[in-house]
Amino acid sequence: MTDAVMNAGRVAFQADGSTGARKGVQVNRLDGGLIKGSKALTFTFDGKSYKGFEGDTLASALLANGVRLMGRSFKYHRPRGVLTSGSEEPNALVELRSGGRQEPNTRATVAELYDGLEANSQNRWPSLQHDFMAINDRFSNFLTAGFYYKTFMWPAAFWEKLYEPIIRKAAGLGSISFEADPDAYDKGFLHCDLLVIGAGPTGLMAALTAGRAGAQVIIADEDFLLGGRLNAETFGVGDLTGAAWVEQAQAELAAMPNVRVMPRTTIIGAFDHGIYGAVERVSDHVLAPEAGKPRQILWRIYSKRAMLAAGATERPIAFENNDRPGVMLAGAVRAYANRWAVTPDQTVAVFTNNDDGHRTAADLIAKGVKVTAVIDTRPDAPKVEGAELFAGAQVIDTKGRLGLEWARVRLANGTTRDVPCGALAVSGGWNPNVHLTCHQRGRPAWREDIAAFVPAGELPQNMSVAGAANGDFSTAAALRAGAEGAVAALSELGIETKAGDLPEAEDAPVNVTPFWYVKEGKGRAWLDQQNDVTVKDVKLAHQENFRSVEHLKRYTTLGMATDQGKTSNMGGLAIMAELAGKQIPEVGTTMFRPPYTPVSFGVMAGRSVGEEFRPTRKTPSHKWAEEQGAVFVEVGQWLRAQWFPKAGETHWRQSVDREVLQTRNSVGICDVTTLGKIDVQGKDAAEFLNKIYANAFAKLPVGKVRYGLMLREDGIAYDDGTAARFAEDHFVVTTTTANAVLVYRNMEFARQCLFPDMDVQLISTTEAWAQFAVAGPNARKLLQKVVDPEFDISNEAFPFMGCGEITVAGGCRARLFRISFSGELAYEIAVPTRYGDAMIRKLMEAGEEFGAVPYGTEALGVMRIEKGHAAGNELNGTTSALNLGMGKMVSKKKDCIGNTLSEREGMNQEDALKLVGFKPVNAADPVQAGAHLMNADGEVSAATDQGYITSAAYSPVLGCSIGIGFLKSGDSRKGEVIRAVNPLEGKEIQVEVVSAHFVDPEGERLRG
Amino acid sequence: MGKFDNHGLKAISPLGGHEPRVDAFTGLLIREVADRALASLAARQGQEEAVKSAAASYLGGALPAPASWSEAGVYAAWWMGPDLWMVSAPHDSHELMAGDLKQAVGDAGSVVEQTDGWCRFDIEGPRCFDVLERLCNANVRAGKAGDATRTSMEHLGVFLLCQEPGQKYAVIGPRSSAGSLHHALVAAAKSVI
Amino acid sequence: MIINHPILGPRDSQEFTYLGDAALIDRPDWQAENAADQFHDYLYLRDNPAGEHRELWFHEQGDRSWLVVTRNTVTHEILNVELARDVARARGRSK
Repeated sequence: MTDAVMNAGRVAFQADGSTGARKGVQVNRLDGGLIKGSKALTFTFDGKSYKGFEGDTLASALLANGVRLMGRSFKYHRPRGVLTSGSEEPNALVELRSGGRQEPNTRATVAELYDGLEANSQNRWPSLQHDFMAINDRFSNFLTAGFYYKTFMWPAAFWEKLYEPIIRKAAGLGSISFEADPDAYDKGFLHCDLLVIGAGPTGLMAALTAGRAGAQVIIADEDFLLGGRLNAETFGVGDLTGAAWVEQAQAELAAMPNVRVMPRTTIIGAFDHGIYGAVERVSDHVLAPEAGKPRQILWRIYSKRAMLAAGATERPIAFENNDRPGVMLAGAVRAYANRWAVTPDQTVAVFTNNDDGHRTAADLIAKGVKVTAVIDTRPDAPKVEGAELFAGAQVIDTKGRLGLEWARVRLANGTTRDVPCGALAVSGGWNPNVHLTCHQRGRPAWREDIAAFVPAGELPQNMSVAGAANGDFSTAAALRAGAEGAVAALSELGIETKAGDLPEAEDAPVNVTPFWYVKEGKGRAWLDQQNDVTVKDVKLAHQENFRSVEHLKRYTTLGMATDQGKTSNMGGLAIMAELAGKQIPEVGTTMFRPPYTPVSFGVMAGRSVGEEFRPTRKTPSHKWAEEQGAVFVEVGQWLRAQWFPKAGETHWRQSVDREVLQTRNSVGICDVTTLGKIDVQGKDAAEFLNKIYANAFAKLPVGKVRYGLMLREDGIAYDDGTAARFAEDHFVVTTTTANAVLVYRNMEFARQCLFPDMDVQLISTTEAWAQFAVAGPNARKLLQKVVDPEFDISNEAFPFMGCGEITVAGGCRARLFRISFSGELAYEIAVPTRYGDAMIRKLMEAGEEFGAVPYGTEALGVMRIEKGHAAGNELNGTTSALNLGMGKMVSKKKDCIGNTLSEREGMNQEDALKLVGFKPVNAADPVQAGAHLMNADGEVSAATDQGYITSAAYSPVLGCSIGIGFLKSGDSRKGEVIRAVNPLEGKEIQVEVVSAHFVDPEGERLRG
Repeated sequence: MGKFDNHGLKAISPLGGHEPRVDAFTGLLIREVADRALASLAARQGQEEAVKSAAASYLGGALPAPASWSEAGVYAAWWMGPDLWMVSAPHDSHELMAGDLKQAVGDAGSVVEQTDGWCRFDIEGPRCFDVLERLCNANVRAGKAGDATRTSMEHLGVFLLCQEPGQKYAVIGPRSSAGSLHHALVAAAKSVI
Repeated sequence: MIINHPILGPRDSQEFTYLGDAALIDRPDWQAENAADQFHDYLYLRDNPAGEHRELWFHEQGDRSWLVVTRNTVTHEILNVELARDVARARGRSK
């Protein structure tokens, strides 16, 4: 049939006026349906403007406008139209919206139409009608399954750099805009007695039954309209039409406070112990979300019982050129006609192996659409009213460049007949939607009578399955299964109820004769239209000895990508079974995994994006530091002042050098609140600390602080800090900022699991106290102005490593610790956090006469390197107390975590790494952290490696760069000149091995 | 918040203001609460009954059972963990409660000042359920007055105290993250209301 | 997963931090003759069964209890949940 004939036919058909007033606007719009015909919506597809109605999907609106061509295929760039009317759609994938809101690979079949919707086709250039890459289709003989693996093997290096980028560019789906998504996504948590998955007749009946019994019910459906197939069929329920019954059921559910009805909500996965994931599309059906409102919500649903009532998905039959726009599933064609009042074309043919296909013909005829033929593979096919029937016949080929024009049929008598049709409605039977039953260990079983897999095996805990999802395809069976399933589920929860009277509904049996593919023909018969997998590809895989369905999937890509083979898997494995001479159940299915349908990254991230990626912790002096213009750095979740630039300082080093020098020359102040603080009390508190720390604490006097090193059980050092003894039975332990959570967890482990009878109680007090380090020769003078005069903090009364409870500023309670990280005379003073802001201001004011400076984490770092104190770079998960120069601290007289294994031979070798300092021989050379140490002469290699530098800084005190790090036998090599090499950057400098204590090695300052 | 600043240091609230913050939505009020003193009370080994009885006389009511909170007079207390409670009282009158409580329980218990370790937001109004289900996994709709749940909001460990189901709750979280917690509460309120 | 906390009832496993084999409770005696060997085995040799396994979980976003959870690692079925402190005492640990 030529285009001219086709067009003539179409015009003639339109002219008969059998369809109504809507046709004036949309060429393929019918009467009736569940759309709101009063409200016309404007949308664009590939820049062209169209009209549709509220209740349309993008696919139904495009079909109404006579648009059958909606996309190009993944590999061969074949023109493709819509195949289905639901989320199983493989072909009609579009880019929805633009800019930051652009979303690729959206199925036009589930994109709810709204005024101003903007959609573009994908994977074509320059246009959908004229796609340059369609050249791939000419080379299809070379592009079969496994083509990439076989062709691009050599040279191996070319794969990543050359082949893959080219292939990715040529074969693909939608694109992203690379702009930030402006919308918010929420997460949420719901609890229920019964979760009903799917709101077709089964689900609605279940929710009604459970809701009436007073149970907490959630019923969710991916569709924006509840009702499932009741909206797509002409069946009645009781005295009502299907749609009217749905409306009534929905109204009853909405009036129950114990029932939550969730349309536009896909249950994406069944997880352990009754937990389900759900994505609710809150704002996808409007132009843009309202201010503050999310686009989508990812719900975590805790259910006591769940009922899967997810219905069934129709499967196609494969035949030559079965992928032309216009070839569709029969149930979808029927749904478009009945629900959306749309026919894909004015002449339609039906190709089926079962009775259900005949319904499509009947419904279309009733709607006034011309059905040119019903082609039934069964010789005993039932009669058809109003259309020609070809029983025992098969469609063997189709024609039409960018859309179907006619189908060639092999009749039962062996002759062929060309049937004109702009759409071919194909039905190969229905597959129950078993997906969620398999998300754990369920494996479906084959049911011969319906020629389909049904749920079986070990279902997710407390899940039941009912209705079409369980292979019960009639409406009456669905209603019954929904009600009875709800009764049974509730009964398990101790809620007794009855199914009640069910409305009458059709109860047709399933009549299907399995038929998977048409054998005739040399061309390509498409199985998986999304991945361009043909019957031939499956045969090739079999020929090349791929026997497992999982291997078939990986080799041919059958069943991959956005639709996960919802319409194609069954055909693929049926053919595989046939080739292997096996029964279908012997071959089995591939694994079904979450998510059921694609999920956006946005909704998985939720609100945890940008600045809200994780919570921010602010120090008590944060506000004050902001006022000073401090530069902040993230340390874990904390924001800490890194340095405090002063007017005229153009480089961070100027600020840091000034902060260091002023602290060492007079006094500096630093917020050290971020260090973890754990309060340890109880009669056995000291004994407990003996277990936790490598060194001994039992004899620490009250009013004193001691440095402590914590080991892992394997003898590696993992944290250090101080413990201050406030009473015989009361210590306050500090941890590093980064390890506060870990140390607390480990201490609880020791307390509860290792030493359960020790009298010791732990609680974190990190946040309760604002703590400031006051360091430098004038530290005491400064503090004496702040600490209330009744407290004597002279060197005699409050010596180095002293601690005590005092008051400041005329009665504010405080804690004072005389400890030093900088090596200077230093204190740490803590006040209740609410006074921290006032305290930093008070300290700065008191320090004015000394030129006190605030210092940030950089100056803190420089000073601790100058003093040779270990920090995170040195406690790096590979170093022991011995490496750190603290080997003697590990008490041999007591048990502590890590002491036994730290005595292992390998950790105590003679040439063990030791922490030492490094000074460049040429003072201008920068020392680099991460540089490896090599002897003065000889090869630079891993074999000759002598150690590495862990921390480096410019020391304003020494006037050169310095470093500390680990050197083999380092403690006995002081004075030696070695090389610090950085082979990555081709750098090498000479350094002298020195004591790590660059400043005040005798410790006179901090005791002064 | 100036009343208790009987020394030279002026307090600020966890959100950094001199007055507690209030955010009003239709059907929901989010109030920063900064006027409660807190102290944790842990029973010493083998002293569980002794500490309960000493605390009961000090507080004028029994310490709450697991996953609960209770109040008696000016005091309130919630269960934090096995043999561990948090006691709360008005800050103005009980700034030094930790010391008093320690006196009361003696060697039977360990007491730690916790007042400034926490921030607290009270949420009130009929939209509480809708907002809370966007924030935490607690089954608030099945909850009752007196529930105390330690849960997680905005990746932060918090206590959720139910004062009136669906109407009134206290959310108590780490003070240094008050800004993040407040942001999450407000964002959830805007999302729902 | 849902862990049925002995004190708090069913709680989402997201609130917990996982450690591993509950055999970590059985920390050897440091003064034993072959203490080094015992500690080596304690620290490095763990069972990793496909099936029932006793594991340590810490209720970090909850009441800070360490729990011993008996779980089938294949099916994720949770057969028993105990306070680790009780388990430790029952296994003879004290101070």
